[in-house]
Parts: sequence; structure tokens; C-alpha cells
Amino acid sequence: MEVLPGPAGYIPTPAVFEGVELPPPGKALLYGKIVDEEVAMREAAKALLTRRNPTIFPGPLVLWGWNASAMEKAKAVLELAMEIPNCRIIPMPDYRPKYPKIDPEAEINPNHPNLTILHNKIEVCIFVGVHCHYANLSLRMIRAGTNCFTIAMCAEMGHEDAMVSLRDVHAEEIRRFKDILIQVREELGIKWEPKLPPENPSLPPENYETLSVLDYGEYSYLLIPRRGEQVTETE
Amino acid sequence: MPEQRVVDADYLLLEAPRERKFITGAQAMAEAVKRANVDIAIAYPITPQSEVMHLVGDLWAQGYLRDYYRAEEEYGAMSAIAGAVRGGARAFSATSGPGLLRGLEAIASWPGHRLPAVLGVLTRVVNAPLSIQPDNVEIAYLLNCGIIVLHAENQQDVFDFTLAGFVISEKVDVYIPVAVCTEGFFVTHAKGYVNMTPEDMKLPPRDPYKAPVPPTDCEIPPARIQRDAPVQKSNFMSYLIHAVWQQEVWSSNIRAMKYIYKYLGGPIEVVNPDAEVFIVASGCAAAQGREAVRYAQLEGLNVGLVKVKSIRPFPEKEIRQVLSKAKAVIIPEHNIVGWLAKEVKACIPDNDKVIGGPRVYGGMTLPVELIMEKIYSVFGIKKEKKVVV
Repeated sequence: MEVLPGPAGYIPTPAVFEGVELPPPGKALLYGKIVDEEVAMREAAKALLTRRNPTIFPGPLVLWGWNASAMEKAKAVLELAMEIPNCRIIPMPDYRPKYPKIDPEAEINPNHPNLTILHNKIEVCIFVGVHCHYANLSLRMIRAGTNCFTIAMCAEMGHEDAMVSLRDVHAEEIRRFKDILIQVREELGIKWEPKLPPENPSLPPENYETLSVLDYGEYSYLLIPRRGEQVTETE
Repeated sequence: MPEQRVVDADYLLLEAPRERKFITGAQAMAEAVKRANVDIAIAYPITPQSEVMHLVGDLWAQGYLRDYYRAEEEYGAMSAIAGAVRGGARAFSATSGPGLLRGLEAIASWPGHRLPAVLGVLTRVVNAPLSIQPDNVEIAYLLNCGIIVLHAENQQDVFDFTLAGFVISEKVDVYIPVAVCTEGFFVTHAKGYVNMTPEDMKLPPRDPYKAPVPPTDCEIPPARIQRDAPVQKSNFMSYLIHAVWQQEVWSSNIRAMKYIYKYLGGPIEVVNPDAEVFIVASGCAAAQGREAVRYAQLEGLNVGLVKVKSIRPFPEKEIRQVLSKAKAVIIPEHNIVGWLAKEVKACIPDNDKVIGGPRVYGGMTLPVELIMEKIYSVFGIKKEKKVVV
């Protein structure tokens, strides 16, 4: 089976059902076929440089600085974003359904990823730092309902439903991909000065001086102790 | 308790030296648990599973497990297993017949919640009137849960499947539970030779962060019962979400096949691949099938055996290939519904050559002679039945 940009239709058949297998270490998936990593990286770079509205969707594993490797990986993602002309970053900070509805300019959610893709007319995207289960759900839905070219940068074994799937991707591999992207950009004659992507328009930077517990909405009950509270006695 | 050292999973399963012991199937399952670095075992007693969990309880008393308790019943046991696994523990449980059916709602939710665990299923009668005798009809109820289902022929399989089950279950691209099924009494309470890995070696502990889903923090209240919020169709949800989620469970089931090849030598074992007539069997029916092949060869009949080790994922391609030239396929089973015959019929093009039987159930044994009758019939041999008074 060739795993191509969609729309694949009402209900997509998973690539796994059609015999697509994850690549061994050192290899990658390109349109469902196992190829050398560099071949897949070059094709991914070409898509990012030629399709409309390239966007990076970072997941919780790079958004939250839960260990040194995640922080390094997040830096590498930013460095990569700076090299992709007109790139945007739209986060997937968690996986819970959003009620009453998602803000598609602020985030992407695995329960309805197409809202973000279609609203922003994204024709090429990178998933990075998203837990494999949720990445697979999203990638399959995106292939079903949009024409978006999906690139999965997976820290584990990869994703069959992405057009390009790279495995064992950490900061070093992201930087290697960035170098290949710059090379392909030069080959295509695209002029670009590295710069940070625009700020997320729907998420103004938080001012921790004025932040109130109410700003956390439905999650406020998770703040134990509440801001300003002094816990003087414990059990 | 001897000091156990952690060794690499591939080394333990594929290379470590083995020692031969003569033990029951229940002991073989407990011996595998002993080497699996299990954090918690939870169960509710039921015959013929009880012996396994008694032995696992002894392991806890000796310090091999960190926690062990008897739940209020199987629904509670299987739900508690889910909670423990979500929180990052490596968990084991076992059950039988009606106990499996009582726990089935919770068990059926495990794969969707991406919970790696091993469940021993020591089969027995489930239907009224009450009986505790051997019968494996309960496996039919497991087949559509999304769980990986392995069916052990003998005590050696029970040990190997259980130990490998923990490793397969926790692979990031799989991450669904493994059920290790075998026949109650015929395997659990009978002794056989088992080549076991050294007692002083164990698997590495579970790494809950190497996972396709985030672990749940069970220590910060309020602990959520479900990691995943209910997914309903609405204006703000994709109509596809639950569909692709189910697809993901079954994709994971398919991905397990490569590990079944790696750790269990493949999903099937073939004896006499050039045979004219094949017996296809799983569990201890495969042992009787193996004996029937020997009988047939003594009589100059070209009969082979396909032992099916993995029922989910079902080895459709492999079975289709082996049976492509077979004249007839005989499928002996320990249940009335013939779930294995249905599976095989569904995956080969010329399925009118499948003979669904002989079947025994309700506690009956499966004499080799019963399989031989089918073999004679296929070869057009008429044997006179002797009645000895």
C-alpha cells in the first residue's frame, strides 16, 4: 500500500491492515515503504519547503521540560522551525477532548485534528513529541479527511500512517534533519533568513505576577496548594 | 529467596541457559511470573486457576512480588489490574471459565486503554449446569477484545508464553495485554518437563515512560479512573475518533506478530509440511494431534500437524500457505462451538476441505482414536470397531 496524502475517504483503512510495517533501526518509512533515512528526510524537507502553511505540532513530550533530553529536543525543534520558511508552531499540549470547542489557531487535539488542519489550511505538518497512540489516531484522521502531508518524528519506532515516518528521533536527529532541510532549500533556490515562527495568536504570554487560580479554568482544582496559600501544617 | 539480577529481556528469553524440571502447568506459570519482575498480582480464586494464584501468592511471601491481594471478585480484580498498570506497575492475574466472563467487561477495556499486562486463562466449563471440568469455549469470548491470545499446548509453552508475554505486551508499538490460555487440569494439574531460565535472573523492571500513552499519576488527587475521557460523537468531536481508536488496538495486535516470531519461533509450528492431510489444533488438542500424526505415520499415512500458538493475532497468511495443497484439514477441539475451525475456514479459499472436529467438551478427554477415525475417513479406510466385553 502507498501511504499518500488524502483525503482517503469516510473511514480510512489503517496502513497496518494493508501490510505496512514499521522500519528497523536506521531506516524510515516513505509513503509506506521502508527506505534509507536520508531519502525519507529529503522528501520530507521538499514537502515542507513546497507545500502551503508548513506547521509543527509539538506534543507533551517536548512541550513540557520534564527532563534534560526533552528540553534539548524542544530547542532543536525551535531551531528547525526557524529554517522552514513561514513555519508555524501549533501545540498539542494534551489529549483530552476540548469542550465546548477547540481554538484551532491555538492548538491541535487528537480527537478532532482536522479542525486545526482545515482552519489553518495546513498542507504539510510535523508531529514531534506526541505519544505514539495519539499520533496514530491523528495521522489516520488527517489522512482520511485532508490533503495534508504528514511527517512523524517519533522517538520510538515510527508511524505507518504518516507519509514520512522517522524513528528514534531525538535532538541530534532533529538537527540532522534541519541540516538536510537547509541543503534541499538551497538546491531549490529558496532564499530564507532564519527567524522564529510567529507567536501563537490565541495564547498571550502568561504573566505569572497577575495569574489567578481562575485562569486555570477546569484545571484549577489541581492546584494544590492554591496560589498564595501557605501550608504550615501537614499530617 | 535467591538474589535475582536483572538481565536483558532478549538474553533471558533467547540465550540464557535452561534447567529441566518436571512440574505442573500451574507451577510453570508461577515460575515464569517469578522471573518476570512483576510488581503486583491480583486475583479472585476459581478452579482450576486457584493453584496458579496460590503459587504466585507464595512468591509474594518470599519477596518476588511487591504486592499481592485477593480482590472482591473478578470484575474487581481485572479493574484493579487496570489501575495498577495505568499507574506504571507490571501486573499479572489469572482466571478461569465463569471468572473470565465475570471479568470480561474490564478485560475488554484493557486494550483500548493501552494497558500491558499478562492474564493467565486456565480454561474450564462456563455453561450451566455448573461444572469445573476442562473445556476451552471461553477462549471464543476473548477473541474479539483486541487482546493478544496465545494458546499453550503443554507446561513448556505455559512457561515460555507467560514470560515472553510480559515482554511482547510492553513493546511500545504493541502495548496491549496478552492472555496466555491453556486447558485447566489437562495442563495445569498435570506434570511435564519444562526447560526454565535460571531462577536468579529476571526481566528488567517495567519502564512506564516508554509507552505510547502517558502514565497516570496515581499519587496526586483526584486520581482519575480513566486516563482517557469519554469519546462521544458531537459537534466538537470527530466522528472518526472511536473508529480510529479501535483500528489502533487491532493494528497493535497485528504488530505483535513480529515479536511472536522473535520470541516464540512464530505463530504456528508445522510437523510434516509436505503432508497430504493436516490436523490443525491449538492448546492441548495439539498434543493429541501430534500423537495422531505419529499413529498415522506408523500406518504409512501422510498426515501433518499445524499447531496454532497465536490465536490473536491469527496467522492467516501462514495457515493459508501451509494448507494450500492439503487434501483435507481436520480440526480437533475441546469445545462445542468449534472456534478454531471457524477461524481456519475464514482464512482459506477452499474451506470445504475443513472437517470441523472431532470436538469434546464438558470435561471429556480427547482420545487420539477419535482423531484417527477422521483420518481414516479422509483416506477412505474402513476399520471395524471392536467391542471388548
